Amino acid sequence: MTNEDNYNNWQVEHDEDNIVWCGLDREDSNVNSLNHPVLEELQTILNVVSQDKNGKGLVIYSLKKTGFIVGADIEQFTKINSEQEAFDLIRQGQMLFDQLADLAIPTVAMIEGFCLGGGMEMALACDYRIAEDSVKTRLGLPEVMLGIHPGWGGTVRLPPLVGIPNAMDMMLTGRLLRAKAAAKMGVVTDAVPKRHLRTAVKHCIQQRPPHKQPPIWMRSLNRSFVRPWFASVLTKKVAAKAQREHYPAPYAMIDNWVNLGNCTNKSAREKAMLTEAKSVAELIVGDTAKNLVRVFFLRERMKAMAKDTHFKAEHVHVVGAGIMGGDIAAWCALRGIKVTLQDRSADAIAPAIKRASTLFKRRLKIRREAQAAMDRLTPDPHGHGVAQADVIIEAIFENLEAKQDLFKDIEQRARKDAVLATNTSSIPLDEINAVLENPERLVGIHFFNPVAKMPLVEVIHGEKSAQKFINKAARFVSQIDRLPLPVKSSPGFLVNRVLMAYLMECVALWEEGVPASVIDQAALAFGMPMGPIELADTVGLDICLSVAENLTSHLGGSVPSILKDKVAKKQLGVKSGRGFYTYKNGKAVKDTKTVSKGKRKDIKRRLIMRLINEAAACLREGIVSDADMIDAGMIFGTGFAPFRGGPMQYARTLGKERLDEHFQQLSDVYGERFKADAGWELLADT
Amino acid sequence: MENLNTTRGGVYIVDASRTPFLKARNKPGPFSASDLAVASGRDLLLRQPFSAEDIDDVIIGCTMASADEANIARIIALRLGCGDQVPGWTVQRNCASGMQAVDCAFQSIADGRHDLVLAGGTEAMSRAPLLFKPAMAAWLGGMYAARSLPAKLQQIVKFRPHFLTPIIALLRGLTDPVVGLNMGQTAENVAYRFGITRQAMDEFAAESHQRVLTAQTHDHFAYITPLFDTRGHAYQKDDGVREDSTPERLAKLRPVFDKKYGAVTAGNSSQITDGAALLILASEQAVKRYELKPIARIVDVHWAALDPAEMGLGPVYASTPLLQRHGLTLDDIDYWEINEAFAAQVLGCLAAWQDDRYCEKHFGGLAGAYGAIKPESLNIDGGAIALGHPIGASGARLIMQLAHILQRQEAKRGIATLCIGGGQGGAVLIERV
Repeated sequence: MTNEDNYNNWQVEHDEDNIVWCGLDREDSNVNSLNHPVLEELQTILNVVSQDKNGKGLVIYSLKKTGFIVGADIEQFTKINSEQEAFDLIRQGQMLFDQLADLAIPTVAMIEGFCLGGGMEMALACDYRIAEDSVKTRLGLPEVMLGIHPGWGGTVRLPPLVGIPNAMDMMLTGRLLRAKAAAKMGVVTDAVPKRHLRTAVKHCIQQRPPHKQPPIWMRSLNRSFVRPWFASVLTKKVAAKAQREHYPAPYAMIDNWVNLGNCTNKSAREKAMLTEAKSVAELIVGDTAKNLVRVFFLRERMKAMAKDTHFKAEHVHVVGAGIMGGDIAAWCALRGIKVTLQDRSADAIAPAIKRASTLFKRRLKIRREAQAAMDRLTPDPHGHGVAQADVIIEAIFENLEAKQDLFKDIEQRARKDAVLATNTSSIPLDEINAVLENPERLVGIHFFNPVAKMPLVEVIHGEKSAQKFINKAARFVSQIDRLPLPVKSSPGFLVNRVLMAYLMECVALWEEGVPASVIDQAALAFGMPMGPIELADTVGLDICLSVAENLTSHLGGSVPSILKDKVAKKQLGVKSGRGFYTYKNGKAVKDTKTVSKGKRKDIKRRLIMRLINEAAACLREGIVSDADMIDAGMIFGTGFAPFRGGPMQYARTLGKERLDEHFQQLSDVYGERFKADAGWELLADT
Repeated sequence: MENLNTTRGGVYIVDASRTPFLKARNKPGPFSASDLAVASGRDLLLRQPFSAEDIDDVIIGCTMASADEANIARIIALRLGCGDQVPGWTVQRNCASGMQAVDCAFQSIADGRHDLVLAGGTEAMSRAPLLFKPAMAAWLGGMYAARSLPAKLQQIVKFRPHFLTPIIALLRGLTDPVVGLNMGQTAENVAYRFGITRQAMDEFAAESHQRVLTAQTHDHFAYITPLFDTRGHAYQKDDGVREDSTPERLAKLRPVFDKKYGAVTAGNSSQITDGAALLILASEQAVKRYELKPIARIVDVHWAALDPAEMGLGPVYASTPLLQRHGLTLDDIDYWEINEAFAAQVLGCLAAWQDDRYCEKHFGGLAGAYGAIKPESLNIDGGAIALGHPIGASGARLIMQLAHILQRQEAKRGIATLCIGGGQGGAVLIERV
């Protein structure tokens, strides 16, 4: 191969067959994302190649170990000020990719690892796509997660390639495909092992194999008289997950398709491209996209927590094989760590192994991978694993003495550098660590239920916890693909405390006679993933009660008597078949009662204001480092309406004046609990 | 028969673990052979001061691994996290496969080739395959070869329903192809030669159950590692043992091998069972380096062969020369583990040693009977009639059980020995450390 012009981000070479290999290696970043300089250089490359009479083909690939291209540089989004500016930027990218698509020579994207968003769109602009068949390869168009939709021709090029049902499934859900699935669907031409990547790429260039066509029935959906019907099917599906006023992007995608259909010729493509650009430009300056982009960066910030601490757990020991402990153990094993799971008897561990097996089968799909995960998870009734583990997590019942005894024993047997962690949700760390020789070793690693679904993990530090171990714990949480949120040890920590205020308000509403379904509906309308009543039933009223009792004992207030009554009557929620709702086959039986619009608004306001007021109290008490971490905690820990950016961001959107007004009005009617917290002063400063 | 090479270093059993032995219940059990070995092995390794990667070799006895468990020892090594660099190999000597694995480990350490070896055996007998007949295989081959439609049709009409009758691999495996007898029939032969009565067999079998039950109550099987299936069940005990196995009840069972007139029944034979047993063997250096606490030292092993039609007498043929080589007699052995393939065959061994003519004829240098083994020193925690006999694992189980008995009784010396289908015997002499 011959090495040519020196680009900053690209390495361009001609091989012996006169194929131009363009390797992307973005400077100043360890992943390839598409920013202005990268695209500008690609423009130059395409200009040169289009003049090159000898060129037989062009290949785009990545020189990074971290994958192909993860998409557009999202940092750029935050700098966009107007719709026009957005439109211009999008058009630039579209035209560049059109130029790539219109090259006379065959073009191939050689894909290893992540191929997302703008990267996927660049690949779609190539004639062929060859993906490495490996577990690391993931392809998709997840723009919808950021409140927008593909803007560099993705919505135009994907549907004719794979058929509208497949294309819409990818774009509306943002889900990522593995290489084999992508090949089956037609997103990529072929999925091959690494050893055949270059051979397959050359085959495409030299043989120009015909493209796989989507089946006839899929193509027929594109007919202008069928489109509206299919669009309504899609709309219904989307509506079940997200409301138009909260998440406009998926609806915009469907609307654009209904209007224009799949584009088969150049002029239709041109029109569709303009529509796409305009649509994204509109979305990108909207609140939803802005908030979701912000959430994206919150996630990045959490992922990068304690990045300088070099710690990788190879062996995790979990004590307590209940739902929590068992699921934590299974999750760690799923993420590739050797795990020992201890409880008092083999029988106590057995149900956890069953749940783990179900999780592995569902997540890993391939039998031998599920078996490997099972092999990593060792039931350990005698606790031999303590002596070898890098991280030891206690998840036994909530009893101070039991925990103290356990940690005293663990401290004697564990390695000196091992992280000792408790999953307690209610006992202050500094009470547990009081019995330790080295109390600074103890941290809290507080998971949420269900472990496999909740991305947040609170990393709790007591007065004595050493930063070294806090950092190790945060790295461990990142290692298992969860988001660490550093939290000061204090009753309820962050998430449960804020959530409990909201749930208590919902119980108050219920006691006033508001129907459960009406309360839930109000929360759903705000954008919560689940209504508070159903949430309380799902968590279990006994657990709610114990959290509430713990909180009120520290923070004052009172536990609603109805909660105690229900628990006393063994109406514990979903698990007992009855809580606030009655459950049939695990589903709540809901009535269809409604109330006036004004009343609905009042309900919503009471729920949300209680929640954000508690959040402000947490900010004031320094439970977490800053307001952003409150937003992150509530979004990733409870699913707080992400498009609103979190409780603090929501408060900012309301503005100080309206905030004060709401609190004034509510406290006039409902009293002390709605008095604006002093913490709001702090938010104004940020 | 010459003296041992005394320059060889000591070889120690440092720890051992086995799964509960699970009786086959007319359908494939919940665990494959490698699942069983991995379950017992990872618990065993977890309590060691060295890591799985420090092991030099993994040797596993297994006679009927499933189709996707070729060289099961290497699969087990990898699944246990021994890493890419630890070799593994599988040995097969029928009922003695697990003992053969321990012998191979013993030899390699004694020769100074290895310091730490994981050895033992595993068998999922409940998962023994059903095979197609050769006629069916030939027909299927023809189907695959037939390309055109007419050729396919021609092949289809050649099909005969009897092609579908399966070959039960387990039954074939337990039948000696050279003498044409199944294992139970060889036991009938032994009973016939020494006049072992049905009643004696049933009493012996009932005693085996009693001894296992007693051992269970006294927690003498603490070295068992529980098994966990994917349905939320933990298996903690050997489940073939029965409280109701009294001589009277056993007397009601019908003979299964020589149908009408035989004496060997399912009740006085070993059970068909799934299980794995693993031991860690270490050199003197390894014991020092990792500060291990061995439970026993392997002194010597002997293998012998005899008429396949009387394979049950194998222990006599293996143990006698082993004792003679070390200048020992039956009385010098504190505890015996003779595998209970069949009550008839264990009683036959005892009878053979007490038979003047038999001993003189078959063991050069013996003048008259060799001697008697006291019942209270034989299989004191019960045996395969109650526990089951997962072919590949039993040899390792016997050694492990014996080592623990020597520890518990603070005794000096023991022999674990078994008979081997095809007409062989194996015996291992160990000493408590």
